[in-house]
Amino acid sequence: MLEAVDLRCERGARTLFRGLGFRLRGGELLRVTGANGTGKTSLLRIVCGLLAPAQGEVRWHGGDIRVLREEFWGRLVYIGHANAIKDDLTAAENLAVSCTLGGSSADDAQVRAALRQLGLAGCEDLPVRALSQGQRRRVALARLVPSGAVPLWVLDEPFTALDAAAVDVVQQLISGHVAGGGAVFYTTHLEASIAAAVSLCIDLDRGAG
Amino acid sequence: MLAVLRCVIRRDLLLAARRRSDVLTVLLFFVIVVSLFPLGAGPEPALLRTIAPGVIWVAALLASMLALNRLFAQDHADGTLEQMLLSATPLGLIVAAKVLAHWLVSGLPLVLMAPVLALQFDLPLPYFGVLVLSLALGTPVLSLIGAIGAALTLGVRGGGALLALLVLPLYVPVLIIGAGAVEAMASGLGAQAYLLLLAAFLVVAAAFAPWVAAVALRISVE
Repeated sequence: MLEAVDLRCERGARTLFRGLGFRLRGGELLRVTGANGTGKTSLLRIVCGLLAPAQGEVRWHGGDIRVLREEFWGRLVYIGHANAIKDDLTAAENLAVSCTLGGSSADDAQVRAALRQLGLAGCEDLPVRALSQGQRRRVALARLVPSGAVPLWVLDEPFTALDAAAVDVVQQLISGHVAGGGAVFYTTHLEASIAAAVSLCIDLDRGAG
Repeated sequence: MLAVLRCVIRRDLLLAARRRSDVLTVLLFFVIVVSLFPLGAGPEPALLRTIAPGVIWVAALLASMLALNRLFAQDHADGTLEQMLLSATPLGLIVAAKVLAHWLVSGLPLVLMAPVLALQFDLPLPYFGVLVLSLALGTPVLSLIGAIGAALTLGVRGGGALLALLVLPLYVPVLIIGAGAVEAMASGLGAQAYLLLLAAFLVVAAAFAPWVAAVALRISVE
């Protein structure tokens, strides 16, 4: 499904990694580990097509993602470090907007159900300004609930700021997606225990994986 | 695809409605700058009538530039821009929707306020229509060109000043033609040619500026 060939990433004058390649099929889970500053986020941004690699390419079903562009982005959910939510909008409004932008249109009932699943019952109509850091992260991650049909999920530190209960819910979402034939590409510092048939790992501390 | 564009416009209008101070700042800036001129230039009616179109146009231009920073900066800061970049809807169309919403909250109020301010300059009533029409055609062009500048200076330290340096020279033709429309009518030439030129600017800018801004955004976010 997703394949990276001979990726090299440079930030400033530093080479973060070189010769990195991997292959991710449907139903597989790929975790990227490494210390701070080893290029985890850069790798995720390259895989999404937000960042151009200094060398190499990322392929989606054999086609270069920088050529496929919108065709590839329609098959992708990316949740980055930033939550991509607005302080002045309510949790429900934020989620509806991010779902629509991502191309998986969710009606009001679905949006509310997704927020409830992430433990945000009662906060749906509060402005996000009034929510805590962890609750904001939950609003951002609630987008995964109606995105089950999108084959590739790319998640940058999904568990940051979440409490144990929310980590559990998100882990279940991820393993459910993988079990349903989707692929998940993610980074985390947490020792996560996600059930998946095939679980791969790239360790940027040791160079190529 | 239309659903995405509607959603972007609705969201930006909603945000503007929840953060009214941003919109009012631009409008008040416009009102104050225009009002300073009669106070500074003295109460000579003939002089005021002559400078009215130019003053109103320059003030509208500065006010719309003041609002440009906000076009992408907040979406960039909170990560929404990355989501727009990764949308299955072409980025150029999303940018166009954002510019439209931006013009509705920062450009349209200027257009509607202009006749009221023109009263201070003793501008004869028949000229009001041309003034409003020229601004209605011209301010969207300013927003569209400004979007390119805002996209290029995204995330740059001191981007505000750089944005002004980049964008103001590009505003010059719009300013000349826009202010010229009212002056042409005053001198008996008729404003039609000027208004048609402004409309042509608008068509060209609407067709190309969003795509140029989209390319600039991809470079800035990288």
